[in-house]
Amino acid sequence: MTGQELLESFNKSFGEKIQYQTEFRNETTFTIPASDLREIAKFCRDELLFDYLLDVTSIDNFGEEPRFEIVYHLYSMPHGVHLRLKLKVSEDVSAVDTVSDVWPTANWHEREIYDMMGIKFNGHPDLRRILMWDGYPYFPLRKDFPLEGLPSEMPDVAFTKVTPMEGGPFVTIPSTAGSKDREPRARPPGL
Amino acid sequence: MRVQPGILPSNMAEQRSTAYDSKIEGNVIFTRFDAALNWVHKNSLWPMPMGLACCAIELMATAASRFDIARFGAEVMRFSPRQCDVMIVAGTVTYKMALAVKRIYEQMPEPKWVIAMGACASTGGMYRSYAVLQGIDQLLPVDVYISGCPPRPEALLAGLMKLQEKISSEHAFRDQKPALVEKLEDALA
Repeated sequence: MTGQELLESFNKSFGEKIQYQTEFRNETTFTIPASDLREIAKFCRDELLFDYLLDVTSIDNFGEEPRFEIVYHLYSMPHGVHLRLKLKVSEDVSAVDTVSDVWPTANWHEREIYDMMGIKFNGHPDLRRILMWDGYPYFPLRKDFPLEGLPSEMPDVAFTKVTPMEGGPFVTIPSTAGSKDREPRARPPGL
Repeated sequence: MRVQPGILPSNMAEQRSTAYDSKIEGNVIFTRFDAALNWVHKNSLWPMPMGLACCAIELMATAASRFDIARFGAEVMRFSPRQCDVMIVAGTVTYKMALAVKRIYEQMPEPKWVIAMGACASTGGMYRSYAVLQGIDQLLPVDVYISGCPPRPEALLAGLMKLQEKISSEHAFRDQKPALVEKLEDALA
C-alpha cells in the first residue's frame, strides 16, 4: 500500500469529517474534529497500520479562537509513510480525549502538553506534571506567560523568581567573521 | 608527619627542646594546629560531582588521565554526600533540581566547600528563563566561581587551586577553641 492508497482509504472512511487537508513534501496533514480523535486514532493504527506515534505536540495560537492546536505525528513502519493529525481545542474546553491506550507512548507526551500548555486529557491514567514540579501554578509554554517567568512560592516544594532580563530580549546578529577568527584556538593552526 | 599526642601547656617548655634532640630530630615538626589541619584538608578534597549539564563532561575530563585531578588530591569522587568535602556544581541548576542540590549539600559533613563551575551554575548563564535558578549562590555559599561555558579542565584545576589557597588561610581551630589557643600561646610565650 502506498501513501496515496492510505489517503484514499482514510478519505473513504472519514472523508466528511476532515476539516482541512494539506500536503507538504509528500506528507499529509488532516485537521479533524476533537470529538472523533479516538475513533480516527484506532482506525489509523489498526486499519492503516500507523503503528508508531512519533510525537504529540501542541500549539498556542494566542488571540485566535479556538486557541490551542494539538498535532499527532504518525508513522507507519510497514508502509514507511508519515501522517499528521491536527485538531483544535478552544480555551474554554482545554481538554481532549487521551490516546495513551492506543499508542502507549502518548502517555508522557500528553503529560508534557498538560504541564506546558494546561490542556487536560480525558481518560489519561496518570495526568501529572512531568517537567515542572507538582503544585507549580502556571503553564509556561503559553504565549501569555513571560519568558522570564512569574514568581511562585510553594513551601517545602520549590520556588521561582523572575529572572533578570536586563538588555534583553537578546537577538543574535549574523557575524561576518569566520569561525576561525571568532573562536581563537588554544593550539594555532600549523602546530 | 608525626603529631605528638596530648600537647599540654605544662610540658610545652620541654617539648620545645625536643627539636634539638639529635635522636629524634627530623621526626618532629612544630607547626600551628590550624596550619596542619588546613594542610590535611586542602590536599585531600573529596569532590561531590554535582554534574547537571555539559560542564560535567569537562569535570570527567579533568578527572581522567590527561588532566588528572589526582595531582591535587581531589580524585576521589564520592557519590555519597556523607563522604564529600567539596561540591562541584557543574551545570545548569533548574528550579526543580535546586532543592535536591541544596539537600545534598546539607547532607555533606562539615567542613565543606562549594565550587560553582561554569556560567550556568554561577549566574544561570544563557538560560534567562522561568525554569532555571539564576546562580547556585542563591541557595548555597559558593567559595569559588569558575567562568566558561563550559570551562576547560585547566580552569577547573585553577579553581581547585584557588580553593586550596582559601583553605590555607582558614583558622578553624582558633575560631572554635579561642580559650585553648590563648592558653597555649601564654604557655609558649
